[in-house]
Parts: sequence; structure tokens; C-alpha cells
Amino acid sequence: MLRVCWKGAHAAARQCVCGKVKAHSLQHCRKYTTAGDSGSTAGKIVAASLLTVGGGLGGTILYAKWDPKFRANVEKSVPYSDQLFEMALGPPPPPLVPLQKKPGKIEPLQISSLSEASKESKQPKAKAKKSDPAPMEAPPAVEEAPAPQTLEEASAEAAHIISALGEVPSVPAPGTSDESPPGHMAAGEECKDHHEPVLKERPVEEVTARLAQQDKAEQDALAALTAGLEESLGSTAKTTLQAIGAQEAALTAIAAHTNKLKDAMDSQTPPDEKSAQWKALNEALSERTRAMEEAEEALLKAKGELEKLREVINSAKQSKIDTARPQILAAEENLHSMIVDLDKVVTKVQTAQTEAKIVSQYSELVNEAKAQFQQELANITPEIQANWKGLSGKLSADDLNSLIAHAHRRIDQLNRELAEQRVREQLHIEVALEQQKLEDQKALERAVVSALAHSREDMRLEQEKKDVLFVMEAEMRTQLRRQAAAHTDHLRDVLKVQEQELREEAQEILNSRVMEQETHYRRLTQEQLDTFTLDMNAAYARLKGIEEAIDSHVIAEEEARKAHQLWLSVEALNYTLKSAGADSPTEPLEGAVGVIKESCAENEFAQALATAIPEESLSRGIYSEASLRARFYDIRRLARRVALIDETRNSLYQYFLSYLQSILLFESEQVPPPAKLAPEDLDTFKLLAYATYSIERGDLELAAKFVNQLRGESQRVAQDWIKEARLTLETKQVISLLSAYANAVGLGTTQAP
Amino acid sequence: MSEKELGQKWDRCLADSAIKLGTGLGLGIVFSVVFFKRRTWPIAFGTGLGLGMAYSNCQNDLRSHYVLHSKVAKVCVLIIDIIYYHVLSWSDVT
Repeated sequence: MLRVCWKGAHAAARQCVCGKVKAHSLQHCRKYTTAGDSGSTAGKIVAASLLTVGGGLGGTILYAKWDPKFRANVEKSVPYSDQLFEMALGPPPPPLVPLQKKPGKIEPLQISSLSEASKESKQPKAKAKKSDPAPMEAPPAVEEAPAPQTLEEASAEAAHIISALGEVPSVPAPGTSDESPPGHMAAGEECKDHHEPVLKERPVEEVTARLAQQDKAEQDALAALTAGLEESLGSTAKTTLQAIGAQEAALTAIAAHTNKLKDAMDSQTPPDEKSAQWKALNEALSERTRAMEEAEEALLKAKGELEKLREVINSAKQSKIDTARPQILAAEENLHSMIVDLDKVVTKVQTAQTEAKIVSQYSELVNEAKAQFQQELANITPEIQANWKGLSGKLSADDLNSLIAHAHRRIDQLNRELAEQRVREQLHIEVALEQQKLEDQKALERAVVSALAHSREDMRLEQEKKDVLFVMEAEMRTQLRRQAAAHTDHLRDVLKVQEQELREEAQEILNSRVMEQETHYRRLTQEQLDTFTLDMNAAYARLKGIEEAIDSHVIAEEEARKAHQLWLSVEALNYTLKSAGADSPTEPLEGAVGVIKESCAENEFAQALATAIPEESLSRGIYSEASLRARFYDIRRLARRVALIDETRNSLYQYFLSYLQSILLFESEQVPPPAKLAPEDLDTFKLLAYATYSIERGDLELAAKFVNQLRGESQRVAQDWIKEARLTLETKQVISLLSAYANAVGLGTTQAP
Repeated sequence: MSEKELGQKWDRCLADSAIKLGTGLGLGIVFSVVFFKRRTWPIAFGTGLGLGMAYSNCQNDLRSHYVLHSKVAKVCVLIIDIIYYHVLSWSDVT
């Protein structure tokens, strides 16, 4: 209460003191006396300022409306102007975006280039392809040329072989070791060898075509030949058969005739039938003659045909087609058989003819006898006609007697002749035998000759057959050999081609494998190199790292040593701080600081810090906090006593007042200071209370701050203390910094175990 | 020490006042005895004089810090005074 009253009085006193003096120190009088007495001038000023501001704003807005750039600038520079502008003018105009150039079209150059590339790639391919078939065609063409020649030669050779019946040479297969066309074959082989690098198998189609052609040609010829042969054979056969038939007919006719004649000769038949017989005989005879003629004709025809056939066969033989051999042979056989048959039939006919001749002779004789008899009869009986057979019923007894007499005479005659004949029988028989023998011999000879000829022919045919067979076989063998040779050639070609292909493939595979292996090997080596390099690099890096680590270790140790030294020196410094007595300052810190400076000569921070230590502390040392604390209370007392004294109030009376105030003012000694100082807190007593509180809590700095806020005499009184406190605080700060720094450096350098 | 300064000042002051007072008293007494027929007033006068002188001295001494002694300081103060005057006049005008 008292304090409040006194405070109020004090305040009033202060106020009136303040109010009196006009010249204020700026520090104290924070309230300005705004003496706005003349309102009109103020109003004028206000109006003028408002006008200026409004004009500026309006002008700015108008110009912004006109010039958007200016508007943008203003919006950028002045905050919230954009809102103002938006309110006034509306949204800003959209910024003009410059027309972007369209990116260039992806021209189809790539495609064209691709196509060009593909074309280009195709062309060489095509070219390669073209070139390939060209050489391909060349060798076959080249090979084709010698091939037909070789074929011809081979066929010629074969023909030679075939034609030479007696020789049975082992026909060497053409193409391997030929004698006759070695040159051609060699040439062919040379050609083949020449073209081996680009050897391609004679295309099967060509070979087959050629073979087919040959075959066809052969077959054509053969067909023609066979056709001809068959035709001729057929015709010949026909004619021969006809001839044979005719001959046989003739034979039968002759036989019939002979039989008939025999029958006719036999006078066993009744006379009625004799005329029939004789008629039949005549018919038979005519038949026979006709048949004979026919047979003759047919024979001639047949012979002609046979000759033709032979000619044809010969021509066929000359055509030298091997495959026709059997046919030719068959034709020949047929011919031969036909000839043989024909001959047989002819001989039969001839025998028949001879028989017939004999029979006819016999009949003639008989007829002669008959005629003679008839003549005799006629002589005897002139009335009897020639054909006395029919007169068997008309004869008279005389006639009969004469006949009988004639007959008896005839019989006698005949008996005589018979006896003669019997006598001469032997001679006749011998003659006849001889004749027969001769005839037989002739016939035998003829037969033998013919048989011989036939057998020879047969043999020839057989031989020919054999030969043919042999030749065929040989030919077959040659053909087979040729086939085999061709096959071997083909195989060889194929094998060569395959070999080449396989070789190429193998080469390719080999190459690829080799490349693979090479690349693999290279990769491996590269990998090895890389790993080695990596290892080397790593090792080098590690070495470098180790070196650096060692260096850094050294450095760190150096640093650590230095830090240690620093720390030690700082500790020494700290220790020197403790050497402060109750009222005496510490020892001068110069030494310790000098040591620090020495210990951290390179450390700028520490150097700076060390230099930052105030001179006073270095030279004189600093007071300890405790001493300062103690001193503070004195200061406090004094400051309280001279609280009222400042520049304006410094009379003795004020001193007295101030002293009185200090005695009568009861305040708590310690007041916790607020976080923020308000102007009313700048009262001396309050400040002192705060400072006391702070210092009691050990916060010398804060206390010093508060004490620093004292004004007037209090300030003067506390000057030294503040100075000392500042010094102490500074030094302590620097030292704490230094020690912290030393600690930090020490921490940094020390390595945790 | 600045805090001791005040004490020193006070010491001086007291001592000075004591001396002055004593001297004044003495002189007063002397003067009163000698010149002024043992009247009281010279003693009082002398004492007063002494006291006054002591007071003044003491005050001066105590005030000495605040009183500027150099010419430059006076000029500065003069300039500051002029500025204050102008500011105040302007504020007065408005």
C-alpha cells in the first residue's frame, strides 16, 4: 500500500518532471506528444496525401490496363496487386505463346532407305543367284556336250562289242577306264574337275531327260524295228502258214490223190464205182494240181516273205540296237523255224510227190498196160470201147473168149515177164536199190545238207542266241556297269556335292564355333582383364585408400595430438580461470592463451577464438563469477540508492530523494524476469530484481543484460561491474567455445574402441 | 571500480563538507568573535556558507560526470538543441 502510494507519487513526480522539460532524451520519452491542434492543416495534409495516393493508384491501374507487361511487372513486384487488378480490370490477358514449330515429319526416308537397303541387299542376292545359276548352267552345258559324245562313243563301242560276236571282252564300264574315248572322258573329267569348285550335280532331271531321250530314241527305233519285224514276221508267218497249209493241203491232196489212185489201181472195186473213182481221181488230181499250184504260189510267197524278213532282220541287225537283239533273234528263230517247217513241208510234199510219182508211174504203167490191154482188146475186139469198165454187162461170149484168150495170153506174157522180172529181179532190185540208194543218198545228202544247214542254222541261232544272250548279258553288264558307273558318278557327284555342302556346313559350324570360342575366349580374357583391372584398380584404390587412411591417420593422429594439446591448453586455461580469488582476478590468461595459440597455430578457428579473448583478460585476468556475484550485491545496493539520479536529476537533493526511495521502496529482491521486456520493466528496481534473480540462478549474462539496461547514475555505478561481467562473460564464452571446439576436435579425432 | 567512485565521491563530499562546515563554522566563529561582536549570525552565516559550499561542491562533484566540459561537446549539444527546437517547432506548426 505504502509502496503503491509512493510509487504513484514517484510516478507523478516523474511525470511532472517529464512534462516540464521539453528536451527529452530519446531513450526515455517514448511517447511523442502529438500536438495536432490545427486540424485544418492536418486535414489539408491528409487530403493531399490521399489525393496523391489515389492518383497514383488510378494511374497505375489505367496504365496496367493499357500495357499488360507493366501490369505483369507490377503484379510481380507488388504483392496483392494482382487481386486489385483483377478486381479492377478483370483477369489478365492470356500470354501470347509463340507458335511452336511443328516437329519435322518423320519422313519415310527410313522406310525408303530400308527398302533401298533391302533392294540393294536383294540385288546382290539376285546377282548372286543369277551368277549361281549361270555357272551352274555352264558346267552342265559343258558337261552335256561331252556327255552325249561319250554316250555315242559308248554306244558305238557297245555296238562294236556286240557286232564282234566272237570276242567276249570284259567290257570296261564307260567313264572309268575307257580305251576308245579316253580323251573325251578325260576331257569330260577335266571339265568335271574344272568345274568341281562350282561342281553341281548334273541335275537329275537332265540326266534322266537325256537318258529318257536316249531310251525313247532307242525305244522308238526299237519299236519301229520291232514293229517292222513283227509286221514282217507276221506277214511272213502268215504266208508261211499259208504256204505250209497249202503245202499240207497239197500233201493231203497228193495223198488223197495217191490213195485214190491206189484205190483206183486196185481193181477190187466194182466197176460202177470205178468211174466214180476215176472221176474222184480226176478231181483229186485236179485238186492236187491246184493244191500244188497253190502250194507253189504260197511257197513262193512265203519264200519271198522270208527273204523280206531276212532282209528286215539284217537291216535290224545293222541298226545295231542292242535291245532288239532278242527280238531279232526271235525273229530269226521264227524265220528259221518257218523255213524249217516250210522245208519239212516241202520235203513232205516232195516225198508225197515222189510217192505220187511212183504211184502215178504205177498208175501210168497200169494205164499203159490197160491201154495196151485195151488196145489189144480193141485189136481183138474192136467193138469194145476204151472205157471197158463200163462194158462189163455188154460183152458177148466171143468177146469174152477173146478177152479170156487175150487175158491168157496176157497172163502168159505177164508170166514170162514176171519170170523175166524175177530173173531180173535181183538186178532190178539191185539197180533199184542202187537207184534208191543213190536217191536215198541224194535225199540223204539233201536231207543231211538241209539238216546240217538247219542244224547249223540252229546252232547259229543258238550261238547267236547265246551270243545274243552273252552279248545281252555283256550288254546288260555293260549297261549295268554303265549304270553303276553312272550311279557311281551320280553318287560321286552327290557325294561331292554333299561333301562340299557338309564341308561348308562344317566349315560354317567350325567357323561359328571358332568365332564363338574366340568371342568366348576374348570375352573371358576381357573379363579376366577386366577383373584383373578391377582387382588392380581395387587394390590400387585400396592401397591408395590405405595410404590415405594412413595419411589421414597420421593427420588424424596429428590432429588428435593437436586437439589433445588444444584441449590440454584449454583445460589449462580453464584451470587458470579457477585461480581467481574471492576478489582478486585470475592470473593473466596471457600465458595460457599463448599456449593455446601455439598449440593451434594452424587452426584458424582456434586462433580467431584465441584472439577474440579480450585484452584485459589476457593481461589482467578476469574475475570469477562468484566475485562478480558478490560484487553485484554492492552494485545493487548502490544502484538502488542512486536510482533517481541521471543527467537531469543529479542534485544532492535528488540524491537524498533517491536514497529515501531506496530505503522506503520495498520490492522483492528477486523477481523472475519476463520473457519479453516491456517498457515499464525498465525501472531500475525491477531491473535490479531481475538481475538479482538471474544472478542467483547463476545467469550472469542475463543479469549483466539487465544491469546494462540501467540508466543514469545507476548505470555509471554499475559500469565497471558490467565491464567486468562482460569481460568475464566474453572470456568464458571464448573459453567455452575453445573447450567445446577442443572437445569436438578431440571427439572427432578420437576413435571409439 | 565505478561503484567505488560514488563512495569515494561521498567520502570526498563528506570530508569536504566536514571541512567546509568546520571551516565555515570556525570562520564564522572567528568572524563573529572578531568582527561581529559574538553575534550568532556570522556563525550561522559561516556555517551556512560552509555547508552551502560543501553542498555545492558535493553536488558538483556528484554531478561532474553529467556536466560537459569540452567545447566539442558543447557544440554537439548546441546542434542537438537546434534540432530539437526545429522538430518541436514543426510539430507545433502542425
